[in-house]
Amino acid sequence: MKDRFKQKYTAGAAVAYMSRKQALKKLQLTLKDFRRLCIIKGIYPHEPAHKKQANKGSTANKVFYYRKDINFLAHEPIINKFRDYKVFLRKLNHLKAKKEEDKLKKLYENKPVYSLDTIVKERFPTFGSALRDMDDALSLCFTFAMLPHTRVLKEGMIDSCRKLTAEFMHYVIESQSLRNTFISIKGIYYQAEVHGEKITWVVPHERGLPHVTDVDFTVLVTFVEFYIAMLGFVNFKLYQDIGLFYPPQIGQVVKTDEMETEEYKEKVYSLAKPLAKRKDVEQAEDDEPLDLLGEDSDALAQKVREAKSIKTMFKGCVFYLNRECPKEALTFIIRNGGGIVGWEGGPTDLKADSKNISHHVVDRPMDKLEVNRLYVQPQWVFDCLNARRKLPTERYMPGVALPPHFSPFTSEKAGDYIPFERLEELRSMGKDVSDLEAAIPKTMDELPMRRKEVKPEKPKGIHIAVGQMHKKSKEKFHETVEKGQELKMRELMISKKHQRVYHSMKTTFKRNRNDALKLKKKAKLAKATEA
Amino acid sequence: MASTSAATPLKNKRKFENGKKKPKTLKDEFGEKLDIKPVIVPPKPADEYDYDSSDEEDLRNTIGNIPIKWYDDEDHIGYDKFGEKIAKPAKKGEIETFLEKMEDPDYWRKVFDKQTGTDVKLTDEQIEKIHNIATGKYPTIGYNPYEPFLDIFSSQKEIHPIDNRPEPKSRFIPSKDEMRMVSRMVHAIKMGWAKGPRAKKEEHKSYDLWASEDALDNVTKSQLSRMRVHMPAPKVALPTHAESYNPPEEYIFDDEERKKWEEAEKEDRVLNFMPSKYDALRKVPQYDKFITERFERCLDLYLAPRQRKMRIHADPTDLLPDLPNPNDLRPFPTTLAFYMRGHTGQVRAITVEPERGELLASGGEDGTVRIWMIATGRCIKTFQMDGEVTSVSFSPVADRTLLAVAYEGKYVAILNTGCGDRLHVQQTEALLAETPTDAQEDGAVVTWRKSKEKLMLKMPNEVRQVTWHSKGDYFASVAIDDIAKSVYVHQLSKAKSQCPFQKRKGHVQAVTFHPTQARLFVATKIHVREYDLARCVLVKKLITGCKHISTMATDANGENLFLGGLDRRFCWMDLQMGNKPWKKLKHHTAAVRSVAYHKKYPLLATVSDDGTAMVYYARIYTDFVKDNELYPVKRLRAHEKTPNDLCMLHTTWHPTQPWLITAGADGTIALFTY
Repeated sequence: MKDRFKQKYTAGAAVAYMSRKQALKKLQLTLKDFRRLCIIKGIYPHEPAHKKQANKGSTANKVFYYRKDINFLAHEPIINKFRDYKVFLRKLNHLKAKKEEDKLKKLYENKPVYSLDTIVKERFPTFGSALRDMDDALSLCFTFAMLPHTRVLKEGMIDSCRKLTAEFMHYVIESQSLRNTFISIKGIYYQAEVHGEKITWVVPHERGLPHVTDVDFTVLVTFVEFYIAMLGFVNFKLYQDIGLFYPPQIGQVVKTDEMETEEYKEKVYSLAKPLAKRKDVEQAEDDEPLDLLGEDSDALAQKVREAKSIKTMFKGCVFYLNRECPKEALTFIIRNGGGIVGWEGGPTDLKADSKNISHHVVDRPMDKLEVNRLYVQPQWVFDCLNARRKLPTERYMPGVALPPHFSPFTSEKAGDYIPFERLEELRSMGKDVSDLEAAIPKTMDELPMRRKEVKPEKPKGIHIAVGQMHKKSKEKFHETVEKGQELKMRELMISKKHQRVYHSMKTTFKRNRNDALKLKKKAKLAKATEA
Repeated sequence: MASTSAATPLKNKRKFENGKKKPKTLKDEFGEKLDIKPVIVPPKPADEYDYDSSDEEDLRNTIGNIPIKWYDDEDHIGYDKFGEKIAKPAKKGEIETFLEKMEDPDYWRKVFDKQTGTDVKLTDEQIEKIHNIATGKYPTIGYNPYEPFLDIFSSQKEIHPIDNRPEPKSRFIPSKDEMRMVSRMVHAIKMGWAKGPRAKKEEHKSYDLWASEDALDNVTKSQLSRMRVHMPAPKVALPTHAESYNPPEEYIFDDEERKKWEEAEKEDRVLNFMPSKYDALRKVPQYDKFITERFERCLDLYLAPRQRKMRIHADPTDLLPDLPNPNDLRPFPTTLAFYMRGHTGQVRAITVEPERGELLASGGEDGTVRIWMIATGRCIKTFQMDGEVTSVSFSPVADRTLLAVAYEGKYVAILNTGCGDRLHVQQTEALLAETPTDAQEDGAVVTWRKSKEKLMLKMPNEVRQVTWHSKGDYFASVAIDDIAKSVYVHQLSKAKSQCPFQKRKGHVQAVTFHPTQARLFVATKIHVREYDLARCVLVKKLITGCKHISTMATDANGENLFLGGLDRRFCWMDLQMGNKPWKKLKHHTAAVRSVAYHKKYPLLATVSDDGTAMVYYARIYTDFVKDNELYPVKRLRAHEKTPNDLCMLHTTWHPTQPWLITAGADGTIALFTY
């Protein structure tokens, strides 16, 4: 007789998901190797839609992976490299214990290594998908470029991070695709537009990173290994597209042995000199779309105009950086705008007393000033890039209190609190701020107050007074009250299905309004205190 | 003379603090060692001098290894070789010992021999030997540990070799073992079992990984599906103005905000940093959690489960239903016109004169029934009852000035108000005079009694509510108690009362007559039953959804039922559409006390203990093509809450005007107009 009842948990979510323990058992790996494999292959856990079924009836809190993902990992050739490495470690310990130096040396020469080229190709089948993941790659590589060498952090890895990040910055400079920048207390944020993708990364300040104890650096090292391989290919592709040599070169074509010298590498990776282009690649001229420039309201025309103004922002300007300024950040931005940069001991041989200097970037009190150059603080360079034009330098002179530095990543919406200086910035950038200004919530003293009537004291007993005609109120207060009452009536009749969603939206709106009001009140208090 | 036995000093001997203490200690130790020395002494018979000392032999003790302290209590210390007792020597006194120590120059050499009981004098040789042992030197006097070294071999160099064998041939030819090992390696490499030395590692070179990106011919189906189902991780949130190194002043925390930020849990903080302001870029310190934040991002990338969520990106206004403009639904009351004051305590019930609507009757907690002029708000008559009034109801017949009053003390009174048209008053007086109250049956439960200008009904229980039938001859009363016979139907023309129910179906809260048919609606706590009084059967049982019904009202045609509950709920039952509510609303925040529907205008009102009266536009359509309409149009506020949280207790509409009249627990009656 045929079995009529299907057994439980043999179909659906119960077989599509796999717990971590089952995955380790299937792959025959330790937890450390499994984690490394997940990091390299980009496998992540999934939240099942039917959690109880995936957990076979239990409600314990578990992490689930797709079974297809685990099968995908099982066919990865790199697993054999992990097992070979385990055998290698066992032999290494054996030979170390027996003090056989020559065999030890031979074993080190045959250390198993693996290549990540195919894995990068698998994770990013298209170049666009690789660019979309560049945020985390760049942020982590820039962090590692600043770390010292330790037992876990090998020297080759940190040098590779420094080289690759400098190469990427060179590409951004040559393509002039840096769009926004922001100095925060955590680091300096950059945003570039590469092949239509917005890439945002953060670079720590140029100071020694503190020692941390609760961070597992082996996880970070695994990520950086993958990101180094990925950045190498991405940089090659980017350099090839705009006709640059890879590895990058300066000036004329030089011999291979000269490229290996430290002096030449220092020149290349200081970002101060332009890179050499290949001769076989024809020059792609910037043909402007003339028909788009006429329409001011078009977003595309606005974008093209912004890009053009960024490219020629510092054209013809020569910048000299004082020694306490962050050289890499300022060089990055100035050369992105087409300017020339130099500093004491720099590769451009620009002296401090040169007559060509038009801007001198200083960050400490100066006692001697030249009359034919402008002295600015470093924030001026960042604010110019965000404003897409050269700002007046009076407010940025050394010793002057700087104007506030705003984040270009904040998308201002109606109802948010926008500082007064930010409104001025947006207005000067050509944006319509009347809607934003009108929608800023008003504090209590700004609302129209209803005039309180002082009622006369009523005498006791029977009192006869002259009657008054009833006047219909024509104040705005009356209209506001009526509108509010109408809204309340509509809220009463909301359906139960939408009630929760509606109240959640109202709560969010109220919280945002309260935050904006609080900030506005503090701004008024600060202004009153300052006056 | 060598001593033949060891000795230790007496215990009772005192040690004085002088320079001779240390040598004395050495002697004690030396005395122990002296016991071994006589063993190697040459035999006595060979020494003639030793043999001549016969007095020494006489003192030799023969007790063997027995400790000498066992003889402390005896007069002797042992036996000689002849078996005779050896007498214990006399003890020296302390003074004698002291004098001997001072005068005798050899006192430090003497050691007390406990075995013989005498002092033994040490020789110079013995003292030197003891000294050598104490200082770690060789005990043998005169021993030289550094004798000159005598080599085994001669240091003289000879011209001839010691071994004259010639060198073997194997020293001059290559090793066979090494040759065999190399042959084995070569053979293994040739057979493919082992590899030769590895070539030098090639430098890793980058190439164009995505050169063949456009050609998707070599992409397999599984790769395409992996591309499709891949969920990229969400991007890290971008920084705001508060994160700037030079933010505006309002973003910096003040003392209260900083304290709240520090006390909050790390996961609950809106910002994971404290906003700071620096006046120069060189003064910005390194962020100490930078690596930690990068590490947390990496953990999110490979450990956090991902899920695709659908989010509503709608404007909140789109979720609100479209209501018509309240101005298009006028007239409805919007303004509090005036209060009618006079009652002390709660005003529990109000009723308006039918058809004309000039008089208002109210009953209160103070035991009075007052008649008011609605136009002027003036109280024109007051009736004093013997108990607190619970319900008042005007007769629906316009030609009569009858008022039904239920008050505590188990009474229902039918009053002639005496106000209004004088002709109607006279007709009412004649009607009351003709009531046959004398012809009652014996044993009747309800007792009818006639008094001047009013009828008195003595009920078996306290009455909660009294209501008229639309013809004006019958009226019903409901008791407060939860009993089977809580509902009574009374007939005025015959002065008769009867109970229509025999069984208890629940705690009856309210009853009302159908306006046009001979039907009765009985509301218990959670159900409403409709009975046909002509055929004495249950017609319908309505499921209301309320937990505690407090009030009930019908429309003019009797096809809709309005219910209010103590659980803040309002139900609209359309009797033509099954037994479930057509609409359930919960617009009050306290118990609903009364519901009223207008006879002429499509207006509905509910009053509640939260101090508000909700006015609805409630259009009823009799045909089935159009649905009923219900829109809230106004929320009216009046009256004050009493300490026991009661506020509005009753409401009613004016019969011809869109005016709402409410009774409050604060003793006032409010009139709302437009």
